[in-house]
Amino acid sequence: MNGVLKTERLTKTFGGLIAVDDVSLELQKGELLALIGPNGAGKSTCFNMLMGQLKATSGKVYLADEEITDLSPRQVWRKGVGRTFQITATYSSMTVIENVQMALLSHFGDILRFLPRAHLLHREEALKLLDLVGMADQADRHCAVLAYGDLKRIELAIALAHSPMLLLMDEPTAGMSPKERVDLMELTAKIVRDQGVSVLFTEHDMDVVFAHSHRIMVLNRGKLIAEGDAGEIRNNPLVQEVYLGGGTLFTSEVESHA
Amino acid sequence: MELFVAQIITGLANASSLFLVACGLSLIFGVTRIVNFAHGSLYMLGAYLGYTFMQVLPGALGFWSSILLAGVSVGVIGILVEMLVLRPVYKAPELFQLVATFGVILVIQDIALIVFGPEDLLGPRAPGLRGVFRVMGEPVPKYDIILLVITPIVALALWYLITQTRVGVLVRAATQDREMVSALGVNQAWLFTGVFGLGSALAGLGGALQLPKGGADLLMDFHILAPVFVVVVIGGMGSLPGAYLAAVIISVLNVFAVTYLPQSTLVLMFVVMIVVLTIRPYGLFGREEVAGEHGQVGEPERPIKPASPRVQLLTSVFILLLAMMPIYSASFSLVFTTDVLIFCLFAASLHFLLGLGGLVSFGHAAYYGGGAYVAALLVTHANTPMELAFLLAPLGAGIAALVIGWVCLRLTGVYFAMLTLAFAQLLWSLVFQWGEVTGGDDGIVNIWPSEWLKPTIVYYYLTLLFCVGGILLLRHIAHSPFGYALRAARDSKRQAESTGIDTRKIQLLAFGFAGFMGGLAGALFVFSKGSVFPNELEIARSFDALIVVFLGGVKTLAGGVAGGVFFKGIEDILLKFEYWRLVMGLLIIFVVVLAPEGIVGSLRKGAERLNLIKSKDM
Ligand SMILES: Nc1ncnc2c1ncn2[C@@H]1O[C@H](COP(=O)(O)OP(=O)(O)OP(=O)(O)O)[C@@H](O)[C@H]1O
Ligand SMILES: [Mg+2]
Repeated sequence: MNGVLKTERLTKTFGGLIAVDDVSLELQKGELLALIGPNGAGKSTCFNMLMGQLKATSGKVYLADEEITDLSPRQVWRKGVGRTFQITATYSSMTVIENVQMALLSHFGDILRFLPRAHLLHREEALKLLDLVGMADQADRHCAVLAYGDLKRIELAIALAHSPMLLLMDEPTAGMSPKERVDLMELTAKIVRDQGVSVLFTEHDMDVVFAHSHRIMVLNRGKLIAEGDAGEIRNNPLVQEVYLGGGTLFTSEVESHA
Repeated sequence: MELFVAQIITGLANASSLFLVACGLSLIFGVTRIVNFAHGSLYMLGAYLGYTFMQVLPGALGFWSSILLAGVSVGVIGILVEMLVLRPVYKAPELFQLVATFGVILVIQDIALIVFGPEDLLGPRAPGLRGVFRVMGEPVPKYDIILLVITPIVALALWYLITQTRVGVLVRAATQDREMVSALGVNQAWLFTGVFGLGSALAGLGGALQLPKGGADLLMDFHILAPVFVVVVIGGMGSLPGAYLAAVIISVLNVFAVTYLPQSTLVLMFVVMIVVLTIRPYGLFGREEVAGEHGQVGEPERPIKPASPRVQLLTSVFILLLAMMPIYSASFSLVFTTDVLIFCLFAASLHFLLGLGGLVSFGHAAYYGGGAYVAALLVTHANTPMELAFLLAPLGAGIAALVIGWVCLRLTGVYFAMLTLAFAQLLWSLVFQWGEVTGGDDGIVNIWPSEWLKPTIVYYYLTLLFCVGGILLLRHIAHSPFGYALRAARDSKRQAESTGIDTRKIQLLAFGFAGFMGGLAGALFVFSKGSVFPNELEIARSFDALIVVFLGGVKTLAGGVAGGVFFKGIEDILLKFEYWRLVMGLLIIFVVVLAPEGIVGSLRKGAERLNLIKSKDM
């Protein structure tokens, strides 16, 4: 089989709340899979269990047939998984390019070097990554002064630094203009095509989801309730109920997160 | 058995002031997030004021009114301190307010000296409670029994205030979510002031209540500080029942220790603390503190760059001037410059940890004094040649830092800071109480350098070499991948960990390295003075370094060194005056209020505003 990521009955409880309930999913090589669901459905919690930020209450996670269930984020990253966060996590005291260089320094095992000047190392590779996400012209700007959408793109460059086989993107287009969203998703599709990366992403903008994902899974109150391509999901009565109940199927909820 | 009960009663009685002071501190921290280091000073004022009132007001009624009056007066003083000193700096970067409270400590110390004189005051006995009760045949002072009763009453009153009244609801809400309180339309500024006043009043009450047992003296501010922090940490920040339980545990154990193990009294409470924190990292009743990544107040820190050619040139000229100093200046200024250089290295080592790592160590004196003691002990007890002792000292300090760091880094934020302070105090009490080996209070003397290093000029060059070398090395590492990783761990632990950076390992190594450098400064110090005393390990020494780093500017690489020169220079001038603490304290408060970015940061901003230098990317 060529499954890149597989979860078996993944579950997470917070006290009495079952945030993720018995989720089994599989992601093929080169696939762009969207995980959607209303606010609080458990999407981010899922991501956090996949990458090791949270410990699963029960269930298993496999990366290319190797179990990674209880590994730390560091170990999961070493195995070839990159991620971006719903609330961006960047190094606010550094420049844009230094943010990417940090990931490269880690990838090339340079972290424990005390003598070379860090900002001179891996600059070329970092620039290439920034170019890929369209941030090369802002490479030397201070990260703390950038717009939120730009930070999201820096995060993507960081996540791509070690050429991962799997990319987890938690609301990658939050805080972006419609045009930027399309650009970013097209870029993601291109990365999937060119590098054979598999991508699992969450997204509130349904236009983005329907236009760019190969397959969609719908999560509601921690449970997977539907799976299929854009047409199937659009016409699935269960999904319609979940979304129309909240009245938000085709409007963006993104702003509530920025 | 009888003795046992009597001792428990004494312990419970002793717990009463400790509890009052500790829960005041805890309350203030819970609401305002300010670690009020001046809390010990308020306690001291409570004792002095209580004593003064008791001289005027006669009889039992006078005695108890004096205690109450002392509490109220100190509460008012606390309110003044909050309004004049702290209000202007709430918006300053996190923990910067600390420095302001250091300033307050110094000011209060001198005011107490001026007003109440240098003699220790013997506390008056409580009228009508002079004798002892017999408890199972054992004598127990009557006053102890009264304290035993009073403390739970105060605790209950506080508990009622906090859990059952509207004010209490607000205070609790503020402890958990400050934005929510302002959303409720409550004037946050007055809530802060009120809580600060209440916390201060409790400290004052504690000071006055212990008068019949302890009296009043000018050292009690620092002496209470360590136990109070220990109690707050053991009990859990912000928890009243925790503070009470911890105060009782510490006090009762202390009474037993005095009887059975007199050498261990000071060390004991730290051992208890370490044991408790190993099992419950956030104290008995504390809740985990979720360190906010986006909680950084103030302007975000700027990217660092290696020195430009112009700065490099300036630095070289400066170092050259220092190197030629023996030619153009007298030997006493060489001695002074040696002191300054050593201090700058000490401050720079803390700045490395605090500025780059975001690791606020309250107990950095442990490594400075530790290094000095390692060298002194090696020379005294093992006849180690000076050169070898000099090299082993930083190593010893570095290893100590690794061990202490390993324990402390399990915690974050204020817990981390408190724990480092407690470890420094642990070392201090070890040195203080283990007289056979360390000389205790008398210190270790006759630790001179080898013959060839003895001349002032030669030792000056040795110091210059190691201090400038050390500071340049620290700076260089700041620009290395390791230094970047240290900043990455501080900026976003989440991102660093998800890109394979072991943040805890990085921070631990940084801790060890900073300890090593602090130890190097300590070794230079001990051989330049020829002796070392426990005060090189005490809280005040750690505070010196903290003040310097904050005043110099946490967010600027040059901050530690600039602050060091400034501080030592001013201290040198001020020490000639009788009330130098007062002036120094006021000066610190002024700098904090006027230059919240630190000296270097504020100078840079000022220059940018005047367009003297180009502001990047804003
Ligand atoms: N650390 C936590 N402790 C307790 N409850 C949590 C924790 N993290 C998440 N939850 C709860 O788990 C549920 C799922 O949260 P999650 O963040 O995974 O949702 P989501 O699908 O990512 O939503 P959103 O679209 O708003 O990002 C929510 O009810 C949330 O309140
Ligand atoms: Mg989410």
